[in-house]
Amino acid sequence: MKNFDYVRPATIAAAVEAAAAPGAAYLASGTNLLDLMKGNIARPDRLVDITRLPGLDRIEHLPDGSLRIGALVRNADLAHDADFARSYPAVAEALLSGASAQLRNAATVGGNLLQRTRCGYFYDPASACNKRAPGSGCDARGGENRLHAVLGWSEACIATHPSDFCVPLTALDAVVEIEGRNGRREIALEALHRLPGDAPEHDSVLESGDLIVALRLPANASRFAGHARYLKVRERTSYAFAIVSAAANLRIEQGAIVEARLALGGVAAKPWRARSAETTLVGATPGPTAFRRAAEAALSDAKPSGDNLFKIELARRILVRALTLAAAGTPARIPALPASPFSAVAGALQNA
Amino acid sequence: MTFSIGLTVNGVRREVALDDPRVTLLDLLRERLDLTGTKKGCDRGQCGACTVLVDGRRVNSCMALAVSLDGADIVTIEGLARGDALHPVQAAFIAHDGLQCGFCTPGQIMSAVGLIDEGQAGCDPERIREGMSGNLCRCGAYAGITEAVLDATQSLAATNQRRSA
Repeated sequence: MKNFDYVRPATIAAAVEAAAAPGAAYLASGTNLLDLMKGNIARPDRLVDITRLPGLDRIEHLPDGSLRIGALVRNADLAHDADFARSYPAVAEALLSGASAQLRNAATVGGNLLQRTRCGYFYDPASACNKRAPGSGCDARGGENRLHAVLGWSEACIATHPSDFCVPLTALDAVVEIEGRNGRREIALEALHRLPGDAPEHDSVLESGDLIVALRLPANASRFAGHARYLKVRERTSYAFAIVSAAANLRIEQGAIVEARLALGGVAAKPWRARSAETTLVGATPGPTAFRRAAEAALSDAKPSGDNLFKIELARRILVRALTLAAAGTPARIPALPASPFSAVAGALQNA
Repeated sequence: MTFSIGLTVNGVRREVALDDPRVTLLDLLRERLDLTGTKKGCDRGQCGACTVLVDGRRVNSCMALAVSLDGADIVTIEGLARGDALHPVQAAFIAHDGLQCGFCTPGQIMSAVGLIDEGQAGCDPERIREGMSGNLCRCGAYAGITEAVLDATQSLAATNQRRSA
């Protein structure tokens, strides 16, 4: 690991100033950054430790009904907050389906949003990777790419965003509060991550010194709490990143869907909001026909970036399955295997 | 540049001068405080062998910079037993053969202590297995580990009940 300067500012303003210097990086829990530094993929000159910044570790109900989650709230604390899990069950389920208990105890909300792709070529300094070394090429294109993107990818980069947490958050119109050199601003989470285009080295729209200070869920995002699920296919039962995942949030009245909020994970360089699929569901009777139509719409622009044609149909089926589970109603308690297709539930689509 | 940090390790206050900010909590424990019970497996947060409690929560000590943990309370495998009396989780691992080679065991035990304290798994074997999925065992002692955690959960609950009665 390359050596670095370590600073621990006491205020947000001092942190932003310290991190605006070239080569600086924020350190929260470090569960992703330290891993990247050990592999020589990230080589910061200065770490700005934000773990002691005041006021960033709170979950607050704002007067307008929205929920504000400080950037330093730990993944486990948020997922196990009973009020949060009751109001935003798909988000809690997504959190608990990610990483391990040890990592969730450490990893922060802000860090989860800004974690880097797990593309194996990004992680291997001996490989060409436009995200790690702009202009060097992309060894994933001709390499092991069955887990890579099927939506929004470019010739320069076919990596996916690994977060589970971000998938239901994007569906629920979460907003990110950012402190930067020019003060405070906020953007939709959906607009935080960038598609690769010809500049895959930029994962997000953040500029140097920008610090995510909080995440907000809008006032009415809990209206889906009765019909909200997250489903995630992995290559092993637990402690693995998604091959594909889906968040399904429905509002059902008198046997008809009145509103849907859907997003897919593991398919693109950003959590993928499926707005056209949401539209097809409005007014529909919950069931296989409507759900398959929505899934076709969600993946209508998908195309394989390598040996991953299977992911397109898998994503459709997982979305159908997530919609089926959401329509059946949010379980009283998150299943023993959160978001797992192998959870013991009855139903014809058990083997999607 | 030297960084001075203070840590409470297994109940003992330690002042540590770090000459390098790259030192992880794991390397600090093993190489500088001679607490080699905590094991270095993958050193990348994937195997759980380095699990310790930081401020009462189980974490991967290989993925934490020591300098950032100034003031923290650390418990390692060396801090569980009271003299010759094993911690109930340690005793349960022996009683249920929750190990073979033993390399992952300190991490398994610290993770189990954290899991039981979190109170999310209870006595549901499926929730225990899921909650312990951050600890790999190459010998495949998982069946015994699950039984040990179940047993320790019950014995600790019984102890707590007696104490509060």
